[in-house]
Amino acid sequence: MIRFEGVYKRYPGGREALRGVSFHLERGEMAFLTGPSGAGKSTLLKLVTLIEKPTRGTVIVNGQNTARVSRRGIPAFRQKIGIVFQDHKLLYDRSVFDNVALPLVILGLGPREIARRVRAALDQVGLLGHERHAPITLSTGEQQRVGIARAIVSRPEVVVADEPTGNLDPALSLDIMRLFARFNEVGVTLLIATHDLELIERFDGRRLRLVDGMLDADADDDAAAMIAS
Amino acid sequence: MSRAVRRWASLHVKSLASALERLAREPVATTMTVLVIAIALALPSGLRVLVGNASALSSGWQGAADFGVYLEPGTDEARARALADQIAGRPDVDHVDLVTSDEALADFRARSGFGAALDALEHNPLPHTLVVRPAGGPDADLEGLAAALGALPDVDFVQLDTEWVERLRAILDLAVYVVDVVSALLGVGVALVIGNTIRLEINNRAAEIEVVKLVGGTDAFIRRPFLYLGFVYGLAGAGAAALLITAVLALLRDPAAALAELYGSDFRLAGLSPLDASVLVGGGALLGLAGAALATSRHLQEIEPR
Repeated sequence: MIRFEGVYKRYPGGREALRGVSFHLERGEMAFLTGPSGAGKSTLLKLVTLIEKPTRGTVIVNGQNTARVSRRGIPAFRQKIGIVFQDHKLLYDRSVFDNVALPLVILGLGPREIARRVRAALDQVGLLGHERHAPITLSTGEQQRVGIARAIVSRPEVVVADEPTGNLDPALSLDIMRLFARFNEVGVTLLIATHDLELIERFDGRRLRLVDGMLDADADDDAAAMIAS
Repeated sequence: MSRAVRRWASLHVKSLASALERLAREPVATTMTVLVIAIALALPSGLRVLVGNASALSSGWQGAADFGVYLEPGTDEARARALADQIAGRPDVDHVDLVTSDEALADFRARSGFGAALDALEHNPLPHTLVVRPAGGPDADLEGLAAALGALPDVDFVQLDTEWVERLRAILDLAVYVVDVVSALLGVGVALVIGNTIRLEINNRAAEIEVVKLVGGTDAFIRRPFLYLGFVYGLAGAGAAALLITAVLALLRDPAAALAELYGSDFRLAGLSPLDASVLVGGGALLGLAGAALATSRHLQEIEPR
């Protein structure tokens, strides 16, 4: 589902954020991307969501080589991925409903289908009944759940999350992580960047540990096996 | 209607509604922008209406195309009447008025104020005059008619006094040309004003555009509300311009009629015709669309998620 092969990312100015990263996330797998700040977690996720392209190496998501996706092809590529952000990135001049509906409006679904799916997504994150509220009136944890509902409302097979619990207290963080685990149970492939090692102790799932732009082989046996093969 | 068409239509209706909602949210700023556009559009359109009125007025001056046919001095009045009947019988002549030398003198005395000087003259120096109005409108062969009349016996000379009308027409043609140039310049100005307004709007909504791009919004999807915004600005500006012109012309109507009456004319100032108004409003909407297209093509690509 997500495959990195010898991926390097060098930013203008010469900083190398990723240095030879290889791993393969199977369909339906859940993986936690860990590592200290500046290790390249965000860069790796940007390569998955096509915010950046690799300097060298290959990134394949949903069977598509990102290097071959043109500017015009990016929207269609992103429509198949759900993205959750640390700062939620909600539109604060619109209701909760409209925020969650956005990916479906982009897909051009009919209003009844949109209403049905938005309610289903809000139900899954436990926010049914908040459709008409403005996001600003919700707590941080609830706002993050709106962001998650938006990421899953179009039923993508891949969801990536960048520090989704970064601003939340431990109890709320646990809620959010359980939510992700539930999605994984129904077959969604998940890649979650987090620095909260204590939190992910409670969950199964692969660990991809980035140190200084490289995957720490000890943390991920599969990756080590792949590099060796 | 098929589902796809309905969806497409609903996207457009939504974009239009959201554009209107955005404009309503900041009524003062919106009103200012619309007024700037309205004034820029009203200026050339108003000038065009005024030039149109002047043209109508000048072509209404049929009298200007009349011929003065001066008979040889000493020709008697009976002969003058016979000539008048003869000329009136021509197919290219509408009608002929005879102004006898006595009438001409009386008229001159009344108008010129030289009464005392004229009394000093021993005899009337003025000839009989035939005022010939040609048939067939402004395109008729006036030169040919003048030559034919000049060749008649007892005709001294023929005065075709249309030069000043031609000069006036030339001036009006020039005015139309100037109005065209001014329209083009102000049209570009309106497109740029709207483009700049849209550019500011794009900057204000950069965060939103970034989010929409992240969840897979296509360029067309992102561009659409801004195009509608430009369209609505142009439409509203042009509508306000039409109202402005109509109001100003309504204020001018009575004074213009009073002035025309002093000249014995029943001329009435014409307002913005429905055709002019629809060209104005349609043109304004297109200019708004063009300005928005310019702004979105330049600035939407600059906003990319980081």
